[in-house]
Amino acid sequence: MKEFFKYFADIFTGVRSLLIGMSVTGKYFFSPGQIVTQQYPENRKTLKMYDRFKGEVIMPHDENNHHRCTGCAICELNCPNGSIEVISARIDGPDGKKVRIIDQHIYHLGMCTFCSLCVKTCPENALAFGQEFEHAVFDRTVLTKILNQPGSSILKEIA
Amino acid sequence: MKEVIHTPVPLVEEEEYHINMGPQHPSTHGVLRLVVTLQGEIVKSLKPHCGYIHRGIEKMCEKDTYPQIIHLTDRIDYLSAHINNHAVCLLVEKALEIEVPERVKYVRTIMDELARIQSHQLWWASFGMDLGGLTCFFYGLRDREKILDIWEETTGARFLQSYYTPGGLLWDIHPNFQKDVKAFIKYFRKKIRDYDNILSGNVIFRERSRNIGLMSKEDAISWGVTGPSGRGSGWSCDVRKHHPYALYDKVDFKEILYTEGDTLARYLVRMDEMRESMNIIEQLIDNIPEGDFTAKMKAVIKLPAGEYYQRVESARGDLGLYCISDGNKTPYRMKFRTPSFSNLSVLDHISRDLKIADLVAIGGSLDLVIPDIDR
Ligand code: SF4
Ligand code: SF4
Repeated sequence: MKEFFKYFADIFTGVRSLLIGMSVTGKYFFSPGQIVTQQYPENRKTLKMYDRFKGEVIMPHDENNHHRCTGCAICELNCPNGSIEVISARIDGPDGKKVRIIDQHIYHLGMCTFCSLCVKTCPENALAFGQEFEHAVFDRTVLTKILNQPGSSILKEIA
Repeated sequence: MKEVIHTPVPLVEEEEYHINMGPQHPSTHGVLRLVVTLQGEIVKSLKPHCGYIHRGIEKMCEKDTYPQIIHLTDRIDYLSAHINNHAVCLLVEKALEIEVPERVKYVRTIMDELARIQSHQLWWASFGMDLGGLTCFFYGLRDREKILDIWEETTGARFLQSYYTPGGLLWDIHPNFQKDVKAFIKYFRKKIRDYDNILSGNVIFRERSRNIGLMSKEDAISWGVTGPSGRGSGWSCDVRKHHPYALYDKVDFKEILYTEGDTLARYLVRMDEMRESMNIIEQLIDNIPEGDFTAKMKAVIKLPAGEYYQRVESARGDLGLYCISDGNKTPYRMKFRTPSFSNLSVLDHISRDLKIADLVAIGGSLDLVIPDIDR
């Protein structure tokens, strides 16, 4: 007899649990509340990443095309996977001595793991993270970038 | 009438056959290959083949300095990236006898618990999906997104944060961090009730997961099954309780233990752990002290020659880091004792003589992360 009642009790609790679950899904079906899906390619114009978002490593330049990099290669030393190559040059300084300047700051975006060590350890804060995240390309050589812009020079206060 | 002698002839006479589950199988959650020996539908034995995503992280550590190792540990168990980073930081701080500022400890503990919640959320989502409840997947990921947004704002990355450095944090927390975390806790306390209503109470789910994959406490100990999977068998193995690090000796939290040892028990442990993690965060979030976000560290970190071991409780279990240093700036040898590797080893034992459909449920309940197995 006990078995008999248990059988029906099980059916009843089973159906009840299903209805409880359906009430949750039904609730979201009729009143989804906040829409969480982003319409990504369409909302490109309004899409704003967080300030600290690590999209790529960049070297900020000011309006006079000055950067802060001295070519010390500390970032190259700290990069765990060789994504940065610093090629520096020596030129005649104002007082006749040779000074080191950056010739090419080469950054391989395709190898970068975004560990932030270069940005963190640069003594002059010459590097920063950019917000660009659409890095899919057909040719991977495009991902090798030269971070110092052509014709740029170091900021006077640092040199 | 002459009696007919009836000898039942089994359809498959002692004939066993192998099938490959994986390397590309949705329920192995990664590139894990299980060679399952079946008799009909019954699992007779099972051999995991690992190594499909082996990247040689232990070897790579030998050429990397200690701050550089951090970003590799993200990629071991990507769902508890913060916790893995924490292990390296604690190891270095222990070796150099550095006391990190209080603020760092608070932030690290909160971040670790957020990592645990989002890992369990993703596990809940995919576990529900493995057992046929696709709705779970959407709900789980919807809520996990909130945590990823909090991380993106503070650390700059959603997944592989590399946010801790030996001695502290990479950057200070974002001004919105406390507000966002509090909003999330409030939000998730409501949503976790939905989780229970959809899956935990569901009769189909309960009947499918109860009494399968039974693992006794002795099994858990002898196979080294730690984390929520071990605690589902009643083995008190929480590193946070037994060897507290960061602030775990100050906060008040329960170690969740279930004694049934079946798939349902392992499920319930994780559900309760999410609530417990929220309790921990609530105790800390309002009290983050002001101060530095990093201790004073030398530019080049060299550990004194010797052997070091550091354990942390990752979302999957006991993560151990064993390091031999010869006094240089790179370790001589680094070894990771990853929880998923031991948790996988018990799968053969607990899934024998069950149906192959149950194997999916059992595998899901162990919460395996394949890069954590292969490293
Ligand atoms: S970016 Fe910074 S660390 Fe790298 S070479 Fe320039 S100044 Fe040195
Ligand atoms: S973020 Fe890390 S991996 Fe990328 S360039 Fe900088 S140091 Fe190298």
